[in-house]
Amino acid sequence: MEMTAPRAIAQESGSRYLRYQKAVQRVGFALLWGAAGITVGILALVIGYILVRGLSGLSWEFLTTPPAGGLSGEGGISTTILTTLYLVALTVAIAAPLGIGAAVYMTEYAGDNLVTKTVRFGVEMLGGVPSIVFGLFGYALFVSRLRFGYSLLSAALATAALILPVIIRTAEEGLRAVPRDLREASLALGTTKWQTITGVVLPGALPGILTGVILSVGRIVSETAVLYVTLGGSHLAPRSVMDGGRTLALHLFYLASETNAGPEKQMATGVVLIAMVLLINLSTNWLMSRWKRA
Amino acid sequence: MPLRYTVDRAARYVLFAAAFLALLVLFLIALFTASEGWPAFTGIGLRHLLGTSMWRPQRELFGILPMILGSLWVTALAVVLALPVGLGCAVYLVEVAPKVVAGIVKPSIELLAGIPSVVYGLFGLLTLVPLVRRIPVARNSGFGILAAGIVLGVMILPTLISVSADALRAVPRSYKEGSLALGMTHWQTIWGVLVPSARSGIAAAVILGVGRAIGETMAMILVIGNSPIIPAPLNSNPLTLLLSQARTLTGNIAVEISYAYGMQEHALFATGVVLFVDILLITSGARVLLRGAAGSAG
Repeated sequence: MEMTAPRAIAQESGSRYLRYQKAVQRVGFALLWGAAGITVGILALVIGYILVRGLSGLSWEFLTTPPAGGLSGEGGISTTILTTLYLVALTVAIAAPLGIGAAVYMTEYAGDNLVTKTVRFGVEMLGGVPSIVFGLFGYALFVSRLRFGYSLLSAALATAALILPVIIRTAEEGLRAVPRDLREASLALGTTKWQTITGVVLPGALPGILTGVILSVGRIVSETAVLYVTLGGSHLAPRSVMDGGRTLALHLFYLASETNAGPEKQMATGVVLIAMVLLINLSTNWLMSRWKRA
Repeated sequence: MPLRYTVDRAARYVLFAAAFLALLVLFLIALFTASEGWPAFTGIGLRHLLGTSMWRPQRELFGILPMILGSLWVTALAVVLALPVGLGCAVYLVEVAPKVVAGIVKPSIELLAGIPSVVYGLFGLLTLVPLVRRIPVARNSGFGILAAGIVLGVMILPTLISVSADALRAVPRSYKEGSLALGMTHWQTIWGVLVPSARSGIAAAVILGVGRAIGETMAMILVIGNSPIIPAPLNSNPLTLLLSQARTLTGNIAVEISYAYGMQEHALFATGVVLFVDILLITSGARVLLRGAAGSAG
């Protein structure tokens, strides 16, 4: 088949254009693969570096020995794990009832009134505020003005304020996801509102609420800025809520900044911290997938 | 009256008390920070506070300009480094990634977001700082804006990726189909149609990343050097600015609050107020952009 000259030229230049665009696309897609590769590579680098340098320092003894005080950086991390658990328990005990209670009031009683809107505004406003501002607040109010000193109590109160927005937001979402019919069916059976809430609404919203609580636990375990200015940093295990201490993450910060601990000790501590956070992440994902299916 | 009615009524009041207390806590923090910072604004003056370059609490000099600039420089560097990678990765996830690879990349990003900031700080301290120190420039300590900006860039990457991926997913399918039907290649469609359509969502991603960057504290303390000086080039090459030590607004509070008293304490609260205002502006900016994005996509 013979083509007339202009058509052939048009087709020729058209396919050249197409070939050019295909080449551009190949380069472009290679760059996109590169961007994704860099992202995964960074993760592999950070985790890999910490594992390689930290695993050798990890032992049963390391986990069960208390850290030596002062600048030596010797010893293990037993008391810091204990302090982390205490702080998580105390903070959640303060923030969870308050946050979930507020969310129940907002969704079940108040509707979209002024209280609900103001709380939502407050939650949004505080959600992005840097944690050191909560530390500043906690230091000035609890540590110094109310004379709680550097203590579990001061740290837990300040950290509770930090996680309150997360708990309120997730609890509100969880409660709103419970179908209206369930509430109406329960009320139609002659139960009081409170019986409906405790018997029907809260159980239905539980996975959502739990997800929020676990997310907050992850936040507490990773937090350093608030604790740096409220928890004091004693290497001993606290014996009451008025004692100070250091969580695992805070201990890692001290190891990195103020002690002569070698990288092996720092990295071994990092491994335990990452393992903890990973465990928390996995359980959140598991809960979320269960919730979505239900 | 049966007990359950009494309980029902009591529950109502208790829950109202919880909501009210939560409200109180949320606003107490803002009010408390503002009221403690107030004496600094009146006593030292806004001009001295925000406009002078000396932070010497012992000599009653409380200029926080060095910290404002320190925060700005590291944040800018972090965004410059993270935006191409983050946007590329978001486009990759939404448009290009085979399912299996996406199944690796997505959890990696979640994990990246979950690593505690102190771990990033430590990683930077042990790997980046010694690396930067090798750059042969006089007075280069390794600590400074370059190391801090890289660490921060990694830390904001998950925010950039997830928010811009959401924005790209929200672009109506018909835009893409229309472009492909006109004979555009997939790549032309991505840069000519998808990314421009998602631009306000991508801008929101950058703004949220900036918010996260400005708020970061402990990782910065470990790698930035913490000198309260205005960052300046170490020699005639302007690029050596990146090797200058600096201090962030957040670091200023964390490093000094424990032994601050009197006007120094008020000045640190004023630093907190500056952070508060920054974040308020940033979150409301992001909210406007995201609402605009949702509007145009719907």
